[in-house]
Amino acid sequence: MNPAPLKKSWTSRPLPQMVYTRLIEFTREPQAVFWVYFFPLLMAFSLGIAFREKPTEDLLVCLVGNPLANSTGKPPIASGFVFSRETIDVAIGLLRRGRVDAILESEGINGEIKLKFHTDPTRPESALAKAKLETHLAHMNQPTLEPIPEVFLNLGGLRYIDFLIPGLLGINLMGGGLWGVGYALVDLRVRKLLKRFAATPMRVRDLLLSIAISRFIFTAGQVIILLGTSWLVFGVQIRGGFLDFCIIVILGGFCFLSIGLLVASRATKYETVNGIMNLVMLPMYVFSGVFFSAERFPEMLAPVIRILPLTALNDSLRAIMNEGRSITSLGFEVMVLGLWTAGTLALAMRLFRWR
Amino acid sequence: MYIETMDAAIECENLTKTYPGKPPVEAVRGISLHIKRGECFGILGPNGAGKTTALELMEGLLIPTSGTVKVLGKTWQKDSTWLREKTGISLQETKLSEELTVLETIRLFASFYQDSADPKDIIAQVSLESKSLSLIGKLSGGQKQRVALACALVGRPELLFLDEPTTGLDPQSRRQVWEMIQKFQAKGGTILITTHYMDEAEKLCGALAIVDQGKIIAQGSPGELLKDFGGQTRIEVDFLEPGPDPQWISPHSEITHMSEVSPNRFLLQTTSLIDSLPKVLAAATLTGKTIQTIRTHQPTLEDVFVGLTGRNLRDEVTGS
Ligand SMILES: Nc1ncnc2c1ncn2[C@@H]1O[C@H](COP(=O)(O)OP(=O)(O)OP(=O)(O)O)[C@@H](O)[C@H]1O
Ligand SMILES: [Mg+2]
Repeated sequence: MNPAPLKKSWTSRPLPQMVYTRLIEFTREPQAVFWVYFFPLLMAFSLGIAFREKPTEDLLVCLVGNPLANSTGKPPIASGFVFSRETIDVAIGLLRRGRVDAILESEGINGEIKLKFHTDPTRPESALAKAKLETHLAHMNQPTLEPIPEVFLNLGGLRYIDFLIPGLLGINLMGGGLWGVGYALVDLRVRKLLKRFAATPMRVRDLLLSIAISRFIFTAGQVIILLGTSWLVFGVQIRGGFLDFCIIVILGGFCFLSIGLLVASRATKYETVNGIMNLVMLPMYVFSGVFFSAERFPEMLAPVIRILPLTALNDSLRAIMNEGRSITSLGFEVMVLGLWTAGTLALAMRLFRWR
Repeated sequence: MYIETMDAAIECENLTKTYPGKPPVEAVRGISLHIKRGECFGILGPNGAGKTTALELMEGLLIPTSGTVKVLGKTWQKDSTWLREKTGISLQETKLSEELTVLETIRLFASFYQDSADPKDIIAQVSLESKSLSLIGKLSGGQKQRVALACALVGRPELLFLDEPTTGLDPQSRRQVWEMIQKFQAKGGTILITTHYMDEAEKLCGALAIVDQGKIIAQGSPGELLKDFGGQTRIEVDFLEPGPDPQWISPHSEITHMSEVSPNRFLLQTTSLIDSLPKVLAAATLTGKTIQTIRTHQPTLEDVFVGLTGRNLRDEVTGS
């Protein structure tokens, strides 16, 4: 008879060993570390700097006509603004090229002066210029102000970076889950390691859990680095509860992990999994409001966009980080994430193949 | 250490496997085997013969299209967890993680088994102590193969499945692998090995099945196969100068056939080299001519295969 099996220490049990080897394997691949940790930061920095609010820099406003009731004919002076006078055609051209942030046009009709804004909805400075001008005009007691609602970017005291960081977190969780799990599994399958594991007493559960856990550890690192840096550099904050934030991150991470598992449940080639992955991710990159608000898409798309997992994740992250809302007010988003997780996980377990 | 019972290590009946596709590939077409405990059983056959498929059916990694497999008296459907604990497998091709060291890899595999060997002992068994902290990616092919073998051994299996464990290795590494297999067998283990090297099969295996196009075409011990299908030993005699009497040696009981290849070269066939060689020498001396060389050729499993199929063992199976 074989001797009775010795009780193994927990470090020599399958799950800790699998997690451990996945982690050290990862740290021994410098390129992987770069892509996982520095790329998102690079993105945050470049976008954050490109779109950062420039508190010391003045907003450039073109005046058309004589909107600020200044009889001297010279541009008025107001702190925070640099005004210039142009004809409407020239001004529109400048606005298009991003050389000015907004245009304030006045039309004298029957001695009554009407004001009109021209803004560029794709640039946050533009909305900011309009908002600030409005306050400025209110202070100057301009009587007949009828601003035309042209502002699409709902900044509401929010800077672009505050809007951007939750979106970046969202795509990192998505990419991490899909690539981390999908690619890892297909890689194991291509290398016949999955089959080799199947020839041992190791259980599928341990394998999948180990991939999930190691993924969570990487992702936690990513989230901490991204959040910490954007807090230090840009002062981005989580206004809502930290616990709520963590729950949403875990929920979102788990959701994309399950989708990754489904994507890779059968694929036997890198090309296949690449293709499916892009097919899954691209629509969400575009529609789920990563770099700009999803509200800019046509109304009829809204119901579809709302049930995409990345939309649910981004919206929840923004609600918690920027609006300080609690998770209890995010029932719909949590439900969307939960349903995607349950559905894809169940399907993935049914379809999963070792070879 | 091993349970001595009369039952077989592996028994399979009429195994078939057809890979779906257009057209479907009938990789295994009715294989029945009976492998005794403590035996080293070899499956010999050319590329594409169905060796790997047959092995994976027995390893429970593939589901047979029809037929039954019993391993250590149990079936994969019912007792797979127990069987996984008792079997060690080395696949024909596995790319172990390049970024892990030998020790980390063996530890990982050890963790899967309830009753695993000490990873360091196993590494010593495959003579890789000096490499135990090297990354797998930095090992030579032969060393990687030995790591794969160590992974198969670390769960203290009773039964080893080895799919071409020495393909692509140099003679030195092959001998090391053979030694490990023999050590495992000496401790009572059972081995099922596939190969297309005859010398390997002759050296290691007590019993062999020669597989071609998904079927067993001959089965038995190497000696039996050689005797039954190998043909006779040949003796080739070259004289320095031409012209001995073509009848210089008369066929007798052992020498069954003689032919004159050229005036100074003769080819004999014999059933017993030991008995006929002195007689050949004596007869040759009587001719008064000087012998330049005598070459003998004993049948090998290669000859068995050629004799059975008319093809060489390393030829690809074409259009089956
Ligand atoms: N997954 C698969 N799908 C379809 N056909 C397959 C598959 N695996 C193997 N085959 C086919 O089955 C036949 C037997 O293959 P197998 O790998 O069992 O041969 P083998 O004897 O191990 O060959 P080798 O000596 O080259 O390893 C071959 O014709 C092969 O092309
Ligand atoms: Mg093979």
